[in-house]
Order: sequence, then structure tokens, then C-alpha cells
Amino acid sequence: MTETAPAPREGSAAVPTAATRAGVEVRLEGLRRTYGAVTALDGLDLTLHPGELVALLGPSGCGKTTALRLLAGLEDADGGRVVVDGKDVTHVPTNKRDMGMVFQAYSLFPHMTARQNVEFGLRLRGQDSTRRTARAEEMLELVGLTAQIDRYAHQMSGGQQQRVALARALAISPTVLLLDEPLSALDAKVRSQLRDEIRRVQLEVGITTLFVTHDQEEALAIADRVGVMRAGRLEQLGPPTEVYAHPQSPFVAEFVGLNNKLEATVTAGEADVFGQRIPLVDKSFRAGAATALIRPESIKVLAVDHPDAEGALPATVLASSFLGAISRLTLDAGPAGHLMAQLATADALEHPPGAQVRLRLRPNPILVTARD
Amino acid sequence: MSATIDTPGPALTAAGASLPSRPGLRARRRRNLQILRITVLVLLGAFFLVPLLSTFEFSIRGIGDAPRTFEAWGRIPSDATLRSAIIDSLLLAVLTSVVALALMVPTMIWVRLRLQSISRVVEFLCLLPLTIPAIVLVVGLVPVYAWVHYLAGTDSILTLFLAYVVLVLPYVYRALDTGLSAIDVRTLSEAARSLGASWFDVMVKVVVPNMASAVLNAALLCVAIVMGEFTIASLYNYVNLQVAIQQLGLSDASLSMAASLSALLFAFVLLLLLSFVGRRRDRRGKA
Ligand SMILES: Nc1ncnc2c1ncn2[C@@H]1O[C@H](COP(=O)(O)OP(=O)(O)OP(=O)(O)O)[C@@H](O)[C@H]1O
Ligand SMILES: [Mg+2]
Repeated sequence: MTETAPAPREGSAAVPTAATRAGVEVRLEGLRRTYGAVTALDGLDLTLHPGELVALLGPSGCGKTTALRLLAGLEDADGGRVVVDGKDVTHVPTNKRDMGMVFQAYSLFPHMTARQNVEFGLRLRGQDSTRRTARAEEMLELVGLTAQIDRYAHQMSGGQQQRVALARALAISPTVLLLDEPLSALDAKVRSQLRDEIRRVQLEVGITTLFVTHDQEEALAIADRVGVMRAGRLEQLGPPTEVYAHPQSPFVAEFVGLNNKLEATVTAGEADVFGQRIPLVDKSFRAGAATALIRPESIKVLAVDHPDAEGALPATVLASSFLGAISRLTLDAGPAGHLMAQLATADALEHPPGAQVRLRLRPNPILVTARD
Repeated sequence: MSATIDTPGPALTAAGASLPSRPGLRARRRRNLQILRITVLVLLGAFFLVPLLSTFEFSIRGIGDAPRTFEAWGRIPSDATLRSAIIDSLLLAVLTSVVALALMVPTMIWVRLRLQSISRVVEFLCLLPLTIPAIVLVVGLVPVYAWVHYLAGTDSILTLFLAYVVLVLPYVYRALDTGLSAIDVRTLSEAARSLGASWFDVMVKVVVPNMASAVLNAALLCVAIVMGEFTIASLYNYVNLQVAIQQLGLSDASLSMAASLSALLFAFVLLLLLSFVGRRRDRRGKA
């Protein structure tokens, strides 16, 4: 009887959950990669804890894709190590690494249906057709595509194709899941929907995941920890709330939405910004000249004849962009430079381009950095 | 409040005013283009069809005052020289396409996947035969063939396939290149690799099935070229289809005409098939 019992791994029909199949630890150690004169990765160190989703965030060309491709084995490292589950896989070829990947470009095999795509990896592993079919159906159900199981890529929407790609990557029970901007080709609504879905599936499967994106909102929404990259290195790594509230450098600050920089003078846990005294997040910041980092939503835009306008920073509205319930104003604040303010659209309509306004800061604690 | 509403106003009306004139202009332009197209088509059609019709007329003309007859067409399969020439040419066609494809499909995929740096060199080499006149090729290949015949122990007409593979190289290259450009080879192969596919699996299970119509195109082009080849065979004193037709022309003009027309028809059918296959695949790709 024992020999007919299904093999424990492929045989169980249940989706591996965090409990049944804990993710593995992934370590990137001092990864280095250059392309001619360009240094794409400059000694990247990053550890992903078992079952964790880390989002790599950073501007275009900072090496996010390169990091992910090195982890996948699609590129060779010039230096450093890739360690998965305690084993050094730096020189293991891609097809032996057992990593599931979802690409930015649509990558379904055009000559196969959704089901055949998902079965592809299992077929290569020599699984028999009954098990393959069961696994493919289970995976497509996991990503909510039961109805599209026999469709070709060209018969599916972009979002559906990426879901199949996710199902295909997960079908082989990979050790690690790698996602390189899987949502960037999709429109905004599908994007946020699929983003949440990826997170749900990731939690359900419990797989260690690296998610590359240049969209800060996406990174903050989905990740257990966010790594902000700059020029081939990790600038800051931490939980989304920490990265958002305590950016360690102006670069990170700008990347998480603090895109106004104002001159400030720090004294005793407070900053003097254009005559306003605002408390600091970091009370211990050393006194003297500094740069205050202000979120667009922390700037109040007042009409010239507003009672509070007395003594506030004068500015001219340069442009207004409508984002639905909120709008963003670009302002010319003379010596303070250009600023961005975000406010309710109803309020923004009172300050059309060309209008003279006065600016005040909301008294929420702010971040400052040394003047650069 | 009013200022924000005013700004888009003028822009809208400006766009609205220019709208009515555009469809008229476009329709006229389209009509002119249509007329031009039809004229070109008729002229070209006449240019190609008149000689063909004359050939056809000649092939069914009776000798002297005898009535029109398809007797010459009936003799195509029964003429021994012609029949063996047709068989040899068909064999050569198959051999050439198989060898050319076996050589080029893996090479081109490999170059595209792993050796982008030498893709220019490969393109240059493959297109080179286009610029070499057949006569030069023949002269250049004489010593090569001496060795081939010595090593193969035969000087069968089928050894011609070696020269023909060189001859069809540019066409095979072009057809396959088009097919490869139509798919995202890099992403597909990386996806397959990450799922556990070896390089061989990538080629056989992923890339080739997605460029099947390009492979078919290349094969059909090979067949069409080999079936129409005259210069090389003739200069090496081999009797392939075209050489046989030319020789027949000296003794039996009607049969020669009938045979050359049927060879042409065969090539036409191949090319039609080719565009038909291409179109059907396109439709599947877009639907
Ligand atoms: N195959 C390559 N050849 C040459 N340079 C490359 C290659 N791949 C990447 N680079 C360079 O390496 C640097 C990092 O590229 P990478 O693709 O990792 O950036 P990224 O962070 O993913 O950017 P994006 O957000 O635009 O995708 C860039 O300067 C890029 O030009
Ligand atoms: Mg990238």
C-alpha cells in the first residue's frame, strides 16, 4: 500500500500555505555587476527573510532589474554571492534554480493556452498529465482565472496574462518568487487590483518574494519591507511605515513623496521655516542651517485676502493638475524655488494658474536633513 | 472659478472648426491612391500575363493547321528526361530546404539569444550570396566540388544542394529574421529558462513553435528557388528541371513551353500557399 501513496510534495492537492511550505531565506552578498563603463550593481547586500515580500524601489537605471536578474541567474555576477536557503547558487544556471519569475513584458508562450503555459514547467519536470492538469487548474483558480483556462495569450487582457504568468511561476513550487515590474504595463485600476491580488497569493503560498518597482505607492502598499536603491546600492531597507516616516536620506525622502525642499534653521527640536516654527520628527537634530523636507499635502495654499495670510510666504500658481478628488498645484515661491502643493480639488479651483497666493505649512512634525 | 473653465474653451472650438474639412480630404486622398493602385496593378498584370498567355497559347497550338490540343501537356510526365529532371529538382529542393533550415534555425536563434554581438557579421555573411553572381559562385566552387565528388565518391546531381544552400541563404535569413523579430525571443526564453527549460528545450519547445510560419516561408522559398535554378546546374553540366526545359526547347518547343509553364504554376501555387499560411497565422495572432 505504501508505494502507491502519493509523493508528499507534488501529490498533495492543497495549495502550499505559509504553514505547510515556509519560504526560504535569500541573501545577496556584495553583488557587483558592470556593463562596460556602467556600474549597475555596486556591492549590493540584501537579505530576504523566509516568506517575506521585499519591494526594491528606486529610480530608473539604479540596478533593480539587474539585482533581480542576478538572483534569477539570468546574468552573471562580477562579484559577490547569491545564497538561497543556505546554499550558494551563484554559479547555478537559471533552469536549475527553481525560481518563479514574472516579467514586465508579457511573457506567456503564444502558442499555448493558459493551462498549457502553467503546465509547461511541470511537463519539463516529467510530471504525469493527471497531476499536471490538477496543479494547473489549482494554480489558475488561485489567481482567479478558471474561466480563461483554455484561452491563448492573445485572447486575454494584459491583467489576465500577468495572472497566468503568476500562476505559471508558482506552479513549479519555486523556492523564490521574482517579480520585475509585473504591473507597469497595466492601467491604474487593474494595477492596484492585481497588486493586492499578488500580495494575497504571496501570503497564501508563503513564498519569499522580491518585487521590483519604481512606483513608491506600489512598494509601500505591498511589501513587508521596502528597499530603496540608488546607483547600484541599497540606500535604506525597512518596513514601509518606517521608510515613509523616517527616510534616512534626502534621496529616500524624495522617493517616498517628500518632494519639497525648503531652507530651514533648526533650534531646540524645532525648525524655523519662513518664519513659521514647526516641530521636528527627530528632536535631537543638531541646531543650525538645514533643509526641511515637506510633503505636498503639508502645504496650505491661502488666498491673499485670507485672514491667516498675514506674514505667510508669497507665491504664484504656475500650473494646476487635476487628479480627481485632489489636485496638485505647482507654485513659484520666489527665493524658495518651485514647490508642489496638494489640496482638495474644490479648494484648488480657487487658485487658477497665475493667481497670487500665500503659503503656510501645517504644524505636523517635519523631517530635516543637513543642507546639501 | 470662471478662469479655469475659460481656458479650455478656445482650444475646444479650434479643434471643432478644423474637424469637418478633414474627412473630405482624407476620402479624396484615399480615392486617388485607389486609382493609382489599380492602374499599377493592371499595367504590371499585363506585363506579366501577356508573355505567359503567349507561352500558353504556343504550347497548345497544333502543328501547321492542326486544331489546338493539350497533347504537349500530356507528354510532360511521359518524357523520360523531363521526368527524371523533375524528380531530381524536387529532391534537390527538399534536400536544400532541410539542410538550410537545419543550419540556420538554430544558428539564428542562438545568435539572437546569446551572441547579439556577432549578429551583424552573421547578417552580412548570409546576405553575401545575393551580391555574388552565380557564375562567380560556380567558378569559385569548382575546386570545392572536385573535393566533394572525390570524398562523396559520387558526382550525382544531388551534390548540387551544397551550392544551393549557399544560394538560398539570404532568403532563408530574411524569412527567419522576420519571424524572430515578431516574437519577444528574449523574454520568452528567459521565462522558459526560469521554469526549468534547457537551451535545447527553449529552442524546440518555445522559439521554433512560435516562428513556425517563418520556417515554412523559408522552406517554400527554398523550394521555389531550387525549382527555378538554371545557371549553376547548367554550368556544371547537370540536367535539372530548368536545364531540361531549355534543352527540350531545341527539339520539342511545345513540350518545353508546357513544362516551363507548369514549373511556373508550381512556383505560383507555392507562393500563394505561403501568403495564405502567413495570413492565417496573422489572423490567429490578432484575434
Ligand atoms: N544588458 C545591458 N547592457 C548594458 N547596460 C545595461 C544592461 N542592462 C542594464 N544596463 C545598465 O545598468 C544600469 C542598471 O540597469 P537596470 O535595468 O538594473 O535598472 P532598473 O533599476 O531596473 O531601471 P528601470 O526602472 O528603468 O527598469 C543602467 O544604467 C543600465 O543602462
Ligand atoms: Mg528594470
